[in-house]
Amino acid sequence: MENSLDPAPPLLEVRGISKSFGAVRALQEVDFTLRAGEIHALLGENGAGKSTLIKVVTGVFPRDAGVVRLGGEEVAPRSAKAALQAGIATVYQEVNLLPNLSVAQNLFLDRQPMRFGIVREGEMRRRANALLTEFGLDIDVAAPLGNYSVAIQHVTAIARAVDLSARVLILDEPTASLDRHEVEILFGIMRQLARRGIGIVFVSHFLDQVYEISDRITVLRNGRLVGERETASLPRLELIRMMLGRELAETTSARAAASEPKAREICASFENYGKAGYVAPFNLELRHGEVVGLAGLLGSGRTETARLVFGAERADGGQARVEGTSVRLQSPRDGVRHGFGYCPEERKTDGIVAELTVRENIVLALQAKRGLHRPLSRREQDELAARYVKMLDIRPPDPERPVGLLSGGNQQKVLLARWLATAPRLLVLDEPTRGIDVGAHAEIIRLIRELCDDGLALLVISSELDEIVTYSDRVIVLRDRAHVEELAGEAIDVTNILAAIAADGAAMQEARA
Amino acid sequence: MKGLPPVLITAIVLVAGFAACAVQFPNIASTRVVGNLLTDNAFLGIVATGMTFVIISGGIDLSVGSVIGFTTVFVALAIERWGIPPLVAFVAVLALSAAFGAAMGAIIHVFDLPPFIVTLAGMFLARGASFLLSTESVPITAPVYSTVSDFALRMPGGGRLTAIAIIMLAIVIGGVLLLRLTRFGANVYALGGGRATASLMGVAVGKMTVKIYMLSSLLAGLAGIVFSFYTSAGYSLSAVGVELDSIAAVVIGGTLLTGGQGSVIGTFLGVLIQGMIQTYINFDGTLSSWWTKIATGVLLFAFIALQQGLVALARRPAAKRAGAVS
Repeated sequence: MENSLDPAPPLLEVRGISKSFGAVRALQEVDFTLRAGEIHALLGENGAGKSTLIKVVTGVFPRDAGVVRLGGEEVAPRSAKAALQAGIATVYQEVNLLPNLSVAQNLFLDRQPMRFGIVREGEMRRRANALLTEFGLDIDVAAPLGNYSVAIQHVTAIARAVDLSARVLILDEPTASLDRHEVEILFGIMRQLARRGIGIVFVSHFLDQVYEISDRITVLRNGRLVGERETASLPRLELIRMMLGRELAETTSARAAASEPKAREICASFENYGKAGYVAPFNLELRHGEVVGLAGLLGSGRTETARLVFGAERADGGQARVEGTSVRLQSPRDGVRHGFGYCPEERKTDGIVAELTVRENIVLALQAKRGLHRPLSRREQDELAARYVKMLDIRPPDPERPVGLLSGGNQQKVLLARWLATAPRLLVLDEPTRGIDVGAHAEIIRLIRELCDDGLALLVISSELDEIVTYSDRVIVLRDRAHVEELAGEAIDVTNILAAIAADGAAMQEARA
Repeated sequence: MKGLPPVLITAIVLVAGFAACAVQFPNIASTRVVGNLLTDNAFLGIVATGMTFVIISGGIDLSVGSVIGFTTVFVALAIERWGIPPLVAFVAVLALSAAFGAAMGAIIHVFDLPPFIVTLAGMFLARGASFLLSTESVPITAPVYSTVSDFALRMPGGGRLTAIAIIMLAIVIGGVLLLRLTRFGANVYALGGGRATASLMGVAVGKMTVKIYMLSSLLAGLAGIVFSFYTSAGYSLSAVGVELDSIAAVVIGGTLLTGGQGSVIGTFLGVLIQGMIQTYINFDGTLSSWWTKIATGVLLFAFIALQQGLVALARRPAAKRAGAVS
C-alpha cells in the first residue's frame, strides 16, 4: 500500500498470453504486471478469463502464445508443481491440502525434517508452530487439518506456500467461504506478506474487499485485457463499467417497447425469504405475464435467489406463496409440483442430457412430474416433441437427434421446451443467452417476451444489461448477496442499473435513512 | 492420532471375543493356543501388512493371493526340481514378486487405470503362471525346511513362537515404523487423501504408486515363502481368496477402504480376530469351518457401518460450514 507509487521493477510480467480451447478463445493477448510488495486484484465477470490466466501462468494449462517473466527471467512451468518451485504459488478457494493429514504434515509434506531416514516429528511440530505463529495462529499442529475451519486451512495453505519461498502468491477467491472476522485476519496476513516484498494476486468478486485491500486492479473481459488501474484513483462506477463493458454514453438508448404496466395477478410471492450466508432475506412478487430481471455482478446473489425460488436450496426463513396459498419449497420436486421451471446457467452440466435425443430431453421433466407409474406413450412423446420443435423453431427439426449435436442456442430451446411441456406458471432462466451466437440471442429474447405475453411469469438472470433492459418489466438489482434496488417502468435503463450495482453500501444506507 | 478410535474398537472386539472364548473353553487362554494362532496366520499377517499400505494410499491389490500361490510353486520347483539352493530361490522369488508389483503400480499410474482392474489382471496372471509351472502339489524336503519348522522360541506356559510367527511379527513392527515414522509413510497417507492434491504438494505420485504396489507384492512373495514353510509344499491352488481375507483384516482393523486413514497395528488386530474365530471353531469341534467366513462377514459389515457412522459424524460440522459457500 505504502509503496504503490514507487516505480518498483515488475516481479511478474505476463505479456501477450493467448489460449484457446477448441474454437473458444479464452485469452487473447493478455498482459498482466505484478510488482513486488503489491496486492493486485484481478477482476472480471464469469468467463472473463481470470481462471484461465492463472492456470496458464502456473502451468496447469499450456499456453498458445505469450511470455511469462518472473523477476526478469522467462519462466515456462509445465505444472503447478514446477510453478511452485519457480516461486509462484496458488491457493484456491477449495483448499488444496490434505484434510486427513496433520497440520504439521501438510506444512512439511515431502520436506519433513529427517534424521536417519526417520521424520523428526517433534522438530516438525516445533517448526510448524513457529511458522503458524508468524501468521497469528496458535493451534494444535498434530491434529488433522480437516478438524479446522476453512479459514485456518486457508492460512495453512498460505503459510505453506510462503514457506516454500513463494515470491508470487495467487489467491483465487480466498474469502468466499470466510466470515467477516476471518477475512480481517486474512487481510492482515496479506498486508504483512506484501510488506515482505511478496507480490499477491487477489481474485475476488467482492468489490468492497477489493477496494479495502488492493493497490492496483486489472480487469479482464471476454478473454481480453480491459485495463490496469490504481485502486485509489478508480471510481467504483468506472470499475463496474470496465467489468461489464458498458459505456454510459451508448446505454442511454431507450428500452425496447415493453408492454405498459397493468394490474396483473400475482403468481408467486416471497416474503422475507432468505437463507443465512446465502442470500439476505428479500421480498419478491412474480406476476403472470411479467418478466422480472435479476441484475448484479457475479456472486451478488442472482443465481442464489433463483435457486431459493425454485426450491433447489432451502430457505431458512420467510414465507412463500403460490397463487395466494402458502407453500413449502424444500426441494426441486416441490418447485416442479407447484408449476415452477428452472433452466440453470450451466446447461452442459446441470441441464441437458447430451446423449439423449431432443424428444427424450423434452419429455424428461413432464415424465418426472407425472411419476413412473404413468409413462408417456411414444405417441404422446412424439406429439410433444413435434409441437415444441415447431413452436420454438428448434433446428435441425429432428426430434431423434442427440441434443449434444445441437448448437448452444438450440440446446437452450430444448431446455425451454422441457419446462414448457410441464405447463409451468413460473419459469426461472439463469443466463439464457450465455454461450449462444448473436442470431439465436435475439430469438431467445423474442421467445421470452412471447412466453410472457402468454401469461407466464418469468424470472430472468442475465449479465447482459442491454438484454435485461429489453425484456424486463421490473429489474431487481443485487449486491453482496442482498436485493438492493428495484427498478420498474421508465426507471429501467442501463445507467440506473449500473448506478445501483456500484452504489457504496454505506451511501445506500444513508440514502435510505 | 489418525484412525485411533476405530483401532481401539478393534482392540476391544478382540479382547472381548478372546475373553468370551476363554470363558467357554478355558484352555484357549494359553500361550500354546496364542502361539499356534500366530503361526497359523503368519502368512496372512504379512500380506495384510502390505495390503494396509495399498488401501491407505487409496488403492487395492487383488493379486496377493495368486502371488502367494505362485511363490510356493516356484520355490518348491526351484529347490526340488531345479536344484537351486533355497536361499537363492528365496531371493529370486522375492525379486520376481517385487518386479511384478512394480509393474502393476507403473501401469496403474501411467495409464491412469483403476487399481482394481490392474491387480485383477495381475491376479489371473500370477495364478495362471503358477499353474503353468505345475498343477500338482510339490512337496519340499530340503533340510532347511525341517530346521526352520523345528525352530521355535519357548514361551512361558509351553507355547511355541515359531520362526514364521517371528518373521510375521517383525514385518508388522517394521510396517508400523515405516508407516508412522518415515516420509514414505506420510506420502502413503497423502496419496489416500487425494492423488491430485498430493501431486500439487510435491509428492512424486508415480514413484509412490510403484513403490506401494512393489511393497505389497514383495510382502506377498514373503508370505508365499512363509506359507511354503507352513505347508512344506508348493501348490498352485494355495492361498486362493487370501486377498479377500487380507482386505477383510485391513478393514476390520479400522483402515478406511477409501484410503487416507488406517494403521498397521489395526490390521494386525484384524488378523488376530479372524484367527481367534477360527480357533474357537476348532475348539468347538461341531461347527463347520465355514463359520469363520460367516463371522468375518458379519464383522466386516459391522465395521464398515461403524466407519461410515464415524465419517458422517466427522463431516457434519464441516458440511454446515460448506453450506455457506455458493
